[in-house]
Amino acid sequence: MALRTFWKDLKQYKILLLMMTPAVLFYLLFAYIPMGGIVLAFKHFDYSGGVFGSPWNGLDNFRFFFDSGDAYRVTRNTALYNLAFIVINNGLQIIAAILLFEVGGRWFRKIIQSAVFLPYFISWVVVGAIAYNLLNYDIGTVNMLLRGLGLGPVDIYNTPAYWPYLLVLVSAWKSLGYGTVMYLAAITSIDTEMYEAAEIDGANIFQRIMRVTIPNLYPTVIILALLSVGNIFRGDFGMFYNMVGNNGMLFSSTDVIDTFVFRSLIMSNDMGMSAAAGVFQSVLGFVTILAVNYAVRRYDKDRALF
Amino acid sequence: MDRMLFSVIGYFALTVMALLCLLPFLLVVSSSMTNEEKIILDGYQFLPFDFSIEAYKILFKYPDQIVNAYLVTLGVTAVGTLLGLFLTSMTAYALSRKDFKWRNKFSFFFFFTTLFNGGLVPWYLLIVNYLHMKDTPLALVLPMLLNVFYIIVMKSFLSSIPEAIVESAKIDGAGDFRIYAQLILPLSKPALATIGLFLALAYWNDWYNALLFVSDEKLMPLQYYLYKMLGNMDGMRKAMMGAGAVVTTALPTEGLKMAMTVVATGPILLAYPLVQRYFVRGLTIGAVKG
Repeated sequence: MALRTFWKDLKQYKILLLMMTPAVLFYLLFAYIPMGGIVLAFKHFDYSGGVFGSPWNGLDNFRFFFDSGDAYRVTRNTALYNLAFIVINNGLQIIAAILLFEVGGRWFRKIIQSAVFLPYFISWVVVGAIAYNLLNYDIGTVNMLLRGLGLGPVDIYNTPAYWPYLLVLVSAWKSLGYGTVMYLAAITSIDTEMYEAAEIDGANIFQRIMRVTIPNLYPTVIILALLSVGNIFRGDFGMFYNMVGNNGMLFSSTDVIDTFVFRSLIMSNDMGMSAAAGVFQSVLGFVTILAVNYAVRRYDKDRALF
Repeated sequence: MDRMLFSVIGYFALTVMALLCLLPFLLVVSSSMTNEEKIILDGYQFLPFDFSIEAYKILFKYPDQIVNAYLVTLGVTAVGTLLGLFLTSMTAYALSRKDFKWRNKFSFFFFFTTLFNGGLVPWYLLIVNYLHMKDTPLALVLPMLLNVFYIIVMKSFLSSIPEAIVESAKIDGAGDFRIYAQLILPLSKPALATIGLFLALAYWNDWYNALLFVSDEKLMPLQYYLYKMLGNMDGMRKAMMGAGAVVTTALPTEGLKMAMTVVATGPILLAYPLVQRYFVRGLTIGAVKG
């Protein structure tokens, strides 16, 4: 009986199913099959054996990853960077959106919006080139300025301590426009009657923002923040790789899980450890997303992912 | 009074933000046009006090490599965007049909891939060792073809199209594919434009897939070519020599790096004012819909 309904449905939806087939095959191939490759984390990979023929080595890859101290370093860096990005980027975007909403005419808004959106459109490679242009020891603009002020030049590319600030700055710079537009859209959709009511009650502009705009942004802010928390163990590889490259001097403050996995795979060809670090990342991420989803569900059932 | 104070702060803060976003671009453009000796002596500067287009001249003296990289990027972007848009919208349409019994199951099938994955290594080995796509154009197009986020955005847009349209077309005897192609697609132009732009931008700016899968110079897309050149001026010199250039000792290395950056970014910056509008509109649709 069940089988017969199944065939009936299959026939009824055959065109829709056919339309979805390419996407289904795509994800089977590029997402689900690689999930099986997780076994690599428990193997000693050799090319002749391939994924399935290589000998097992139990938890050795994980042991190596954790004993080297790399695991702690890259996990801490990834989480802290993402936390800083979430707080600072969203904060700046909200401030910019509120200011844009309250200040200026149409043209001023348009010009500012275009200007802050520009960095979003360029590749991380170009951002890396710009950073080099600014930060280079001999001819970088920053050091030329410092010299001009009578201060000594700073060897930025060999000093780990500067990089957390630089990376946070670059992330804020690149994402400012995108987020601002998104928050501006949210602010624009706030009911204007609320503002009128506040005006009648004698609220000044600061009170208006604090009592009307910001509370109305809470749902958007919380959902976006929770979603990014779900990705807290995923680094933006393009950013880290193009800003820092393979500069070992900086790893203590710039190495994240993604760059570590990439390096172990491509540079040192250590498939096992790279796979182990990748599995570690996926599992951490998965658990975080489940936790976040639980939190969203409690906050607002309709907003939950699943 | 408060209003005044706020306006002053607001104008000032926004102008500073905008300048901070723009100045680095000015810096790159101007240093690409500054005399090399001037750069070595005084560093990169905002205004080319010692104007020179030497770097561009050298860059375009033997343009084969750059032109080739442009063509690769253009081809990959065009094919990837069109094919990706087609598959995304088709998939999203099937998922948006409320009478499609298995739509939630399939939605979860797609969505799950964003929650959990096998990591970089198995994915890399699959593409290189099992699908043998290394140094083929497929490696640049396929991995980025579909994105679950875009499917979801498209699906939520399509869900807002009244069901009655599909119903009446069905009564008139139209098949599912025909409804999609002749009714739904024309109605979803704003969403198609937005997602198409996202896809195009991602393809245009992609260097990661090339970093992993391309070693053949014929297949190097623009951004990866730029990446290579920035990291390796010797390589640049060789590329110039390989193209038959007589390389003098005074190759304007620093100026060349910046000229390369300008050339690789140019089209985006030119298309930017046109494209930005659609982005803003698309984002606005997305934000309001939640």
